[in-house]
Amino acid sequence: MSPLRRFLRTPEAVAGALLLAMLIAMALSASLLFPGDPQAIAGPALLPPFQDWSLPLGTDRLGRDVLAELFHGARTSLAVGLAAAAAALVVGAVVGTLAGFAGGLVDEVLMRITDAFQTVPSFLLALAFVSVVGPSLGVVVIAIALGTWTGPARVARAEVLSIRERDYVAGARVIGMHPLAIAFREVLPNALPPVLAMSSVIVAAAILTEAALSFLGLGDPNRVTWGGMIAEGRAVLRTAPFLSIVPGIALVLTVLGVYLAGEGIVETTAVRRGLS
Amino acid sequence: MTRTLTLIRRRLVGSIFVLLIVVIGTFLLLEAAPGDAVDAYIVSTGGDAGMIELLRHRWGLDQSELTRLANYLWALLHLDLGQSVTFSRPIRDVILERLPNTLLLMVSATALSFGLGSALGIYAGARPGSFRDRFLSIGSLALYAVPGFWLGLVLIVVFAVDLRWLPIGGIETLASDKTGLDRVADIAVHLILPVSALGFIYLALYLRMMRAGMAEVWRQDFVLAARAKGLSRRRIVLAHVARNALLPLVTMLGLQSAQMLGGSVVIESVFSVPGLGRLAQEAVASRDTPLLLGIILTSAVLVIVINLAVDIAYAFLDPRVGAGEADA
Repeated sequence: MSPLRRFLRTPEAVAGALLLAMLIAMALSASLLFPGDPQAIAGPALLPPFQDWSLPLGTDRLGRDVLAELFHGARTSLAVGLAAAAAALVVGAVVGTLAGFAGGLVDEVLMRITDAFQTVPSFLLALAFVSVVGPSLGVVVIAIALGTWTGPARVARAEVLSIRERDYVAGARVIGMHPLAIAFREVLPNALPPVLAMSSVIVAAAILTEAALSFLGLGDPNRVTWGGMIAEGRAVLRTAPFLSIVPGIALVLTVLGVYLAGEGIVETTAVRRGLS
Repeated sequence: MTRTLTLIRRRLVGSIFVLLIVVIGTFLLLEAAPGDAVDAYIVSTGGDAGMIELLRHRWGLDQSELTRLANYLWALLHLDLGQSVTFSRPIRDVILERLPNTLLLMVSATALSFGLGSALGIYAGARPGSFRDRFLSIGSLALYAVPGFWLGLVLIVVFAVDLRWLPIGGIETLASDKTGLDRVADIAVHLILPVSALGFIYLALYLRMMRAGMAEVWRQDFVLAARAKGLSRRRIVLAHVARNALLPLVTMLGLQSAQMLGGSVVIESVFSVPGLGRLAQEAVASRDTPLLLGIILTSAVLVIVINLAVDIAYAFLDPRVGAGEADA
């Protein structure tokens, strides 16, 4: 059975893929369906959901269209989540490969730095970084990546340690390849699968961290974020709890979709590798 | 015993290097921050250029970066984290005042997530592939996807606003003059919601690890031997399978402590618990970078201590650990 068919036969994986597809559709169609500034006032303040069909999910404390904010928020969540995870995976893979392949002092220094990053709670680090540099989309991405690259680095290093003893690496040395070329052209690509298997967990964690940062008011102020919406709604939690609850549900579904689809991909490909 | 001592010594030496890197990192971050302590002070009190000059000189801010790093390290060796501009008090005192609340929150949340998580994990892993196994593993995944701060808000809406069963926030009733057991009960009631919000997220992690660990152990020969001996299923599950799957969870306990500390930042600000996390948010809001970095350093020390404790506990639980390291 091909991995794709195996994937399609796992109900959890399909559910995850559908959730993700929906989210991506939301993010892509945000400016088509809701052109203009989602942070502009669209109607009376605190309109409850399902009252006015031009504003299906109602409005927030300032009269902004909740549905439009939700669509634009999907964009921020997804962009930050993917960018931060990609940065963390790249940095982690490079550091792990260098440490594992070079060994000795380089390994020792790089792993102590990794330890130091793992010792500081990653959320506190992100908080400090954003508050020192100032909130913008790029800074938030770097801040999240700062706390997440250590996991991939450790996994890559462990994988490289076993790969560097293989015959083809010895062969590459014999034909006089530059050690850096061996590390990044021969060893790194083969060490990638277990690192990539972590990507769904990392994307999910990045999305949650972005939400928490913007909940605390450290998101990009010029963009709609789900965390920011939840924080906005908090001021009227007693009278209009849906303002905080709706973006939270969107977050849960997004992260769940990433987990389920990711786990589905890892499992279907791992089974295939196990069989062959 | 010597084996454990060697392990502790090795870890301590490693920790010193790690801590040094953290200190240098925080110092660099402090340098990168726009404005210095004098600017922050002048903003809050006012003063002219001469005053700024005088303060910079008095606080040693006109010296070279290397000298200041050395001064910073020297001060840290004396457990001096500097002065907080917002609180007008030594940072160390402010942190020590808030630390117990965070520790209380963390320990309770860890107990909840570890206890309930591993128990449910054993329940699910006892019959791999059964309905309850699938249900619990998907349910836990859903729980893992929930942002803690949002769960906190939902709990507030349900239990504090609608049902009015539990207080909406804080660590205890203000100005109630409660003492002794009354005060303990009061704090416990205040902690129920924040501990649930923080603990339930990590519960899923322990549940899934326990379940996955048990699935591994089920395949091992000694389980077959236990079956062949005719042991009851209950006994096999508890005494053989679960017991052997429990050890990796102990390691996770240490690794999760940093995450838990990070998570408590948001939970504390949702429930207005006056702890370290809320202090971090206050430091961000008032742009008190030295205070924020003091909190980061304190957390790093805390994480190192917790991991050391977990390592020692592990060495006692599993006699194989550290044997190789002691020889090396």
